[in-house]
Order: sequence, then structure tokens, then C-alpha cells
Amino acid sequence: MGLLYGLIAVGLALIFGLMDVVNFAHGEFLMIAMYATFFLFVFFAIDPLLSAPLVAAALFVFGAVVYLLIVRFAVRAKANAGMVQIFSTFGLAIVMRGLAQYFFTPDYRSVTHSWLGGKTVSVAGIYLPVPQLVGALVAIAAFGALYLFINRTDFGRALEATREDAGAVALVGIDKNKVFALGWGLGAALVGLAGAIMAIFFYIYPDVGASFALIAYVTVALGGFGSVFGAFAGGIIVGLVEATTAMLLPPSLKAVGIYAVYLLVVFVRPRGLFGSM
Amino acid sequence: MDTAFAERRRRDLIVAVVLAAIAATVPLFVKDVYVQNIMVLTLMWGALSQSWNILSGYCGQISLGHALYFGIGAYTTALLFTKFGVLPWFGMLGGGVISALIAMALGYPCFRLRGHYFVIATIVIAEIGLLLFHNWDWAGAAMGIEIPARGDSWLKFQFPRSKLPYFYFALALACVAWFVTWWLEDSKWGYWWRAVKDNPEAAESLGVDVFNSKMGAAAVSAFLVAIGGSFYAQFVYFIDPESVMGFQFSLLMALPAVLGGIGTLWGPMLGAVILIPLTELTRSYVGGSGRGVDLIVYGGLIIAISLARPQGLIGLFTFKGRAGLSAPKRKEAVR
Repeated sequence: MGLLYGLIAVGLALIFGLMDVVNFAHGEFLMIAMYATFFLFVFFAIDPLLSAPLVAAALFVFGAVVYLLIVRFAVRAKANAGMVQIFSTFGLAIVMRGLAQYFFTPDYRSVTHSWLGGKTVSVAGIYLPVPQLVGALVAIAAFGALYLFINRTDFGRALEATREDAGAVALVGIDKNKVFALGWGLGAALVGLAGAIMAIFFYIYPDVGASFALIAYVTVALGGFGSVFGAFAGGIIVGLVEATTAMLLPPSLKAVGIYAVYLLVVFVRPRGLFGSM
Repeated sequence: MDTAFAERRRRDLIVAVVLAAIAATVPLFVKDVYVQNIMVLTLMWGALSQSWNILSGYCGQISLGHALYFGIGAYTTALLFTKFGVLPWFGMLGGGVISALIAMALGYPCFRLRGHYFVIATIVIAEIGLLLFHNWDWAGAAMGIEIPARGDSWLKFQFPRSKLPYFYFALALACVAWFVTWWLEDSKWGYWWRAVKDNPEAAESLGVDVFNSKMGAAAVSAFLVAIGGSFYAQFVYFIDPESVMGFQFSLLMALPAVLGGIGTLWGPMLGAVILIPLTELTRSYVGGSGRGVDLIVYGGLIIAISLARPQGLIGLFTFKGRAGLSAPKRKEAVR
């Protein structure tokens, strides 16, 4: 579970690290990824495991379009850029939730009888649910791929360079908007991947994103803004803390543990665990 | 002192008194209960946003956790009234004081945080509060508290039969929040806050007590928001954790200020006057289907407005005022 939090958060961290924008519609990105997986399963009988790449690709396009239509203008704002970003992406989140309610109704849905759903496997005497295990593996693989992508490809370097000095890269012929749009696409694709896997073992409803979004922000901030690795580490910590609090406190209070750990960490180290700045 | 500034302040005060006087006569002509209800909500959100603006706008510490203070105000009043029969007036003051103390206790560690770390801390703290109230059986837990109706009375602050008293109280609250902002704008704290917002390091080096001025802003802001929460509890007769402490309340408090102009005297009220009727009308005209159309319209509006006028709508008005000044005076006004 922690690794999935990490995967959701890495997408957010990428967008944040890239351009200092917190995407308040991140949870809703997750929500539409889950719906996309659900409908691919119901109408075309494509198992979530197979549709995950498709969903990720679709979310990539979606993320890039959101950047070009909305975020591009929000970043340009001179006055209170921070609040403009918060409210334009938050407005987007409300619209997406509204659209989901309109088209999909507020009913709870779930993917039943997928290949992995409900299966468990015993590893060294401990029974683990297969979907979560696969999710963890996918998360690790995606994180590895992202790491290589950022550090080993031209585009990855362009991304880093644009992040460091958007003005200078323009001089060497890199189109800032193109790079940022691709970065948003990439961030959205990661969340799409997470959504596809989570569709196997979570109920799907229009507000499902909201419950994960705050945890994703906490995860990113815990690891330290600007650090993709930190987001992943943050995800693991959040997963462990959640499991521990679930044992100690009533289930409805399990998020309190996560929040408390976030507060403790930033009070001691105001830049998050791996934040540079 | 800057004469243009003093002149502007005097003009602001006169405009405010005139507007308040006009607002006070409106219910004499508008008898429709639905419209009156919208007016009460508009004034209440205006007051809340004005209070939020003190900490987040003037002092620059963006809080998205003010729902906590709103909820504490609502719960203190409701609990004291239903469990001990304490009059809401005392509950109101009590809630305000408790909120201010909590705001300062939380400010102690939080004000060392910067930027998004601070924003997320405020969200998370409010969320913890929400979860605690959700699980606090004595306070009604998730079921919430119903405030029993005991007939119209100013003493008990209950008026099941008429919206008018609520309207006048909300108007008074909005006036108080506005006046406190107006008054603080030209106080030592007001100058400190603007310095802290623009550049905390420079402010510190010039002898501004950054930490204490943030604490002051937090306390005033939380106190006023708690009074608003307490009013809300008496207005709707029923509260539960989600309906007074949910994250959306924090955002709704910030929205009018952002829309009208964050860190400005008139921004929050202007924002509330435009936004709240719009929200209520979309909700009742297109929201009836329960299929989210109102959300689509509302969210679309938020995106459009925040992208179209990032500095807030108030800029439209001040620009007009400045254009009338002569060139040297204009320079002064800009400064």
C-alpha cells in the first residue's frame, strides 16, 4: 500500500518539482484513471493488469491537455501565483467530480472477478493479497523507469534544465511549454498507473480521489518538495505508519497517524526528509 | 504620514458606513425568505473571508485549515448550550477565546514552516480535528448535534420564525470583521504584517518581531472565524463534523478573498457579494437533479475567475480611482 501511495505521490512530486505547482486535482486524476479501468473492464473485458498501460497513456494525454488549457495560464499570473494555482486546479477538481457524478452517477462500483482480485499468496508464512503485491511491484518498476528516464534521456535532462532555469533553456531552443506539458503528462500517467491497479481492490465513486489526495500531498511534503526519491520514500513511510496506526487506533482514526508523523517530521526538519531547497 | 493613504482610509470608512446603512434597510424591501437566506449567508461568508484575510492575506501565511476554528466555534456554542444550557452568547465568546488560544498554540511550531509545508500543515491539523470530533462520542461523534429550538429570543439567539435577526447579526459580524481589518491596517501590526509578507528576513533585520506579529494575526483571525462558526451553528440548528470542519469550509473561506483581492480591505466582501449568491443560485437552479451539474458550473467559474483576474476583482476599482489622480500623486498612491 505504501508503494502505491509512493506511486501516486511521485506523479505529484514530479509536477511540483518541475514547476512549483501543487496540483489540487491530483486525486481526481486518480479517480478518472479508476473509472477508465472500470469501464475498460466492463465493456471490453480487459483486465486491469492489461489496461494499466492504456490508462496511463490516456492520462498522459489528459495531463498534457490540462497543462496547456489551464495550468499554463495559472503559472503566468504575476500576482498571488500560489493562490491562483491552488484555486484553478481546485476548480478543475470540482468540475471533474461534477462530471463524474453526471456521467457515472454517485454509485459505488467495483471491478469484480479480475485476474488478481481477492487472491492471496503466502510469502514466508505471511499471507499477502496478490493485487497489493502486484501493485507494489508495478510501483517499484515504474519508479525505476522514471529514475532512468529523468537521468538518462535527453528529455529527462531537458526537464531538469527547464526546472532549474526556464529562461536559459529557451536560449538553447527548448520550448518550455512543451517540456512542462510532457512533464504534466508524465505525472498524470504515473497516477493513471496507480489508479488502474487500485481499481482492482478499491470501490470506485466520484469522490474517491479526495481521500487519497491529501495523503498524496502529505507524502510529497514528508519526503521533501523537489525530491522525486523523497516522494517514494515518503510513500513507504506513510504506508508503514498507516499499518501501525490501524493496529493501535480505531480504523476511522488511521489517517491521524499519518498526519501526526508529517507534523512531527516538518517541525523537526522544516524541509521534509529529503528536501533540498 | 502619507496623506493619500490617510485620505483613502477616511474615504473607506465613510463608504463602509454608507454601505452598511444601505444593507440594513434592504430587508425592509426584500421580504422573500429565500433571498434573505442568501443575504445572511453572503454576509457570513464575507465576514469569515475577511477574518481569514487577516492572517493569510495581510500577513501572508496562507492557511487552508481555518475550518478548524469555524468548527470549534460551532461546537463550543452547541455543546455548552445542549449539555449545560449555557447561553450561546457566552458560547460564542468562549469559542472565540478557545480558538484564539489554539491558533497560538499551533502557530508556535507551525510558523517556522514555509510555503507549501505551512499550507499542508494547516490542512492536516484541521483534518486531525475533524477526525477527532468524528470519534468523540460525548460531542455526538459522526451523528452531530441537534440544537433544540426554544422559540424566538435574542437571549437564546434563536429565531425559527424569521430570518431578520440573523440578517442583522450577520451584518454586524461583517461590519466588525471589516472594521477590525480597517483598524489594524494602519496599526503597528498592520505594517509589520505587510513587511513579514513581503520579505520576512528583511523585516526581521529591521526589528520587526516576525514571530509575535504572526501570532497576533493568527489569534485575531481565529477568534473572528470562531464567532462566525458559532453563529452558523445557531443559524442551521444542526452541526456534524463534516458540515462545520470539512476541508471545503477552509477553501470556501479563502475563495471570496482570492476572488475579490487577497490582502486588500474590500476584496473579501466584494468576493462574497459576487460568489455566494452565485453559488446558491447555481445550487438551487441546476443542482436539483443531484447529478453534479452545479459542481461543474461552480468549478468552471472558479477556474475562469482565478485565471482571468489573478490579482482579484478589486483591482478593477482601485485602478479607476488612481487614474483620476495627477501624475505625482499617482506615484505616491502606487507606493
